[in-house]
Amino acid sequence: MEMDQATQAAAQPAPAKANAKTKTLNQGYWQKYGIFYLMMAPALVVLIINNYIPMIGGLIAFKNMTYASPSFFQNFMDSPWVGWDNFHYMFTSSDAWRITRNTILYNAVFIVMNLIVGVSFALMFNAMRNRRQAKLHQTIMFLPYFLSMIILSYLVYAFLNPDIGIMNRFILPWFGAQPIDWFSDPKWWPVILPIVNTWKGIGYYAVIYLAAIVGIDNEYYEAAHMDGATKWRQVWSITIPLIRPVIIIMTLLQIGRIFYADFGLFFQVTRNAGALYDTTLVIDTYVYQGFLVTGDIGMSSAAGLYQAVIGFILVLTANLIVRRISKDDALF
Amino acid sequence: MATAHATAVKKKRFSANEISNGANTAINTFFWIYSLLCVLPLLLVVAVSFSDEKSVALNGYKLWPEKFSLGAYDFLLADWKPIVQSYGVSIFITVVGTIVSLTIMTMYAYPISRRDFKHRHVFSFIIFFTILFNSGLVPFYLVYKQGLHLQNTLLVLMLPLFVQGFFVILIRTFFSNSIPPALMESAKIDGAGELRTFFQIVIPLSLPVLASVGLLSTLNYWNDWFLSLLFISQDNLMSIQFRMYKTLLDIAYLSSNSQAYSAIMQANPNFQMPSETARMAMAVVGIGPIIFIYPFFQRYFIQGLTVGAVKG
Repeated sequence: MEMDQATQAAAQPAPAKANAKTKTLNQGYWQKYGIFYLMMAPALVVLIINNYIPMIGGLIAFKNMTYASPSFFQNFMDSPWVGWDNFHYMFTSSDAWRITRNTILYNAVFIVMNLIVGVSFALMFNAMRNRRQAKLHQTIMFLPYFLSMIILSYLVYAFLNPDIGIMNRFILPWFGAQPIDWFSDPKWWPVILPIVNTWKGIGYYAVIYLAAIVGIDNEYYEAAHMDGATKWRQVWSITIPLIRPVIIIMTLLQIGRIFYADFGLFFQVTRNAGALYDTTLVIDTYVYQGFLVTGDIGMSSAAGLYQAVIGFILVLTANLIVRRISKDDALF
Repeated sequence: MATAHATAVKKKRFSANEISNGANTAINTFFWIYSLLCVLPLLLVVAVSFSDEKSVALNGYKLWPEKFSLGAYDFLLADWKPIVQSYGVSIFITVVGTIVSLTIMTMYAYPISRRDFKHRHVFSFIIFFTILFNSGLVPFYLVYKQGLHLQNTLLVLMLPLFVQGFFVILIRTFFSNSIPPALMESAKIDGAGELRTFFQIVIPLSLPVLASVGLLSTLNYWNDWFLSLLFISQDNLMSIQFRMYKTLLDIAYLSSNSQAYSAIMQANPNFQMPSETARMAMAVVGIGPIIFIYPFFQRYFIQGLTVGAVKG
């Protein structure tokens, strides 16, 4: 237990004239709980490398980064502070408005789709008479959730390939429509992306809402049935009100993350086509593009910090509201 | 016929408070169509991969191969090494990543679940804050690449996903809600130390949550391509997802070097690369394991997700 003694000495420098009683108490504490600190150490190291050092590194948004040394830490120290210059530069470009608009509008549509489609699917699952069939459909519907964005991009490409894709070769001619150059015409993507996102995620939301519906006591329905309520009426007067907390919480949690876009969806499924940026560039893809392709560190780190701070405020607010509704469901 | 009969018999047992036959049929039909929409895109990819390249180039993708051909798979097999290597990378980071991640997250979650541990609030906050505040791509990338110089290593494909705040909270919640404190007390009275209590009492009782988190983590590692996009440029470190991504961009990435192609071209100058069908064959090779595994694990996933929905 030498390690424990050492940790103790480092963490709690006891005053020189500490009385004997406190000392034995302390010794008891470290003997009992010292092991806890050792258990937490590996994860703490990862958190420091992966989260906390980059958080401090986020301050490069206020710097004009130079690359004199191969070491990031040295460069960070050496680069001059430039105040709000990077932010000023970013917000005066037309991109700031575009990426903010796209991020929020897409996420808003995703949230509404997840809510309406998710709850409807859950209600229909619950109404199905054949349990085994309901289970089968549930399993199949969950499949897209397990696929990576790369695979999704393949599937979407099989449909939208301008020359030989299913849409241009099969579906559009069937309706007598002209082929569309999907990967260079931005106006279709506000429809395509919500469909893809819902297709991928709906198995998850349906399962969550179904779990809430299954938990409702059957007696409510029986009583309503005796009073002559139709099935439709029961849904609106019993099911929906009783799963309302789950609906509100799920939705608020998504609203809290409305400032973060799904990088994979916007990067892979659109194949990062520049011609589509007007309707597909979101904050996350903008940061990537600006940083790793254009090489504009100042502007992209400013955009990143802008996202982190607004996102932080939104998560806190959403959580505060969730806490008001149901303390148990709040994140903290 | 047998199933139709079974349903007919079952129908009689349903209470009066059920949806009408018409509504039931409508819902059934709807879900059959929707399930088909979930499966058809994948079948399309499979069908194209078994098609003849010329007929695809001429008449487009078809749900049923116009002209059946194994050309795309022949082409992949001719240069199978990079694919096997990518599978190796993916399997390695998934297995090692998940084991390490689960171990260190569990060891972090246990102390902060103990009410008698006086610093639990501080350490809980340290983990919570990582969920709330995300440093963003730029400093993250710079720390890994220019700070630690970890580009083109297997470690950089695992380390960033080792500790996920959300998973730690999930495990912690399970520990504090589902492990009876009396059990730990009695272990202590029997003279077991903290470590022994943890390994012999807490862990065996927590297998459900550990299975769920482990599977979610497995999925994260297997499906990850973002870390490769940021940090990997060496061909021998490409995961299967990343190779699929590169292949969709440029068919040449099927192979680790262009020598294979030049050899083929030399042997047969009229050789036409089966680019469209080979791409889809590559997708089939990449999708394979997930499709076969997911029906078995889906239950644990759902368990994990519904636990997650209750807390966070």
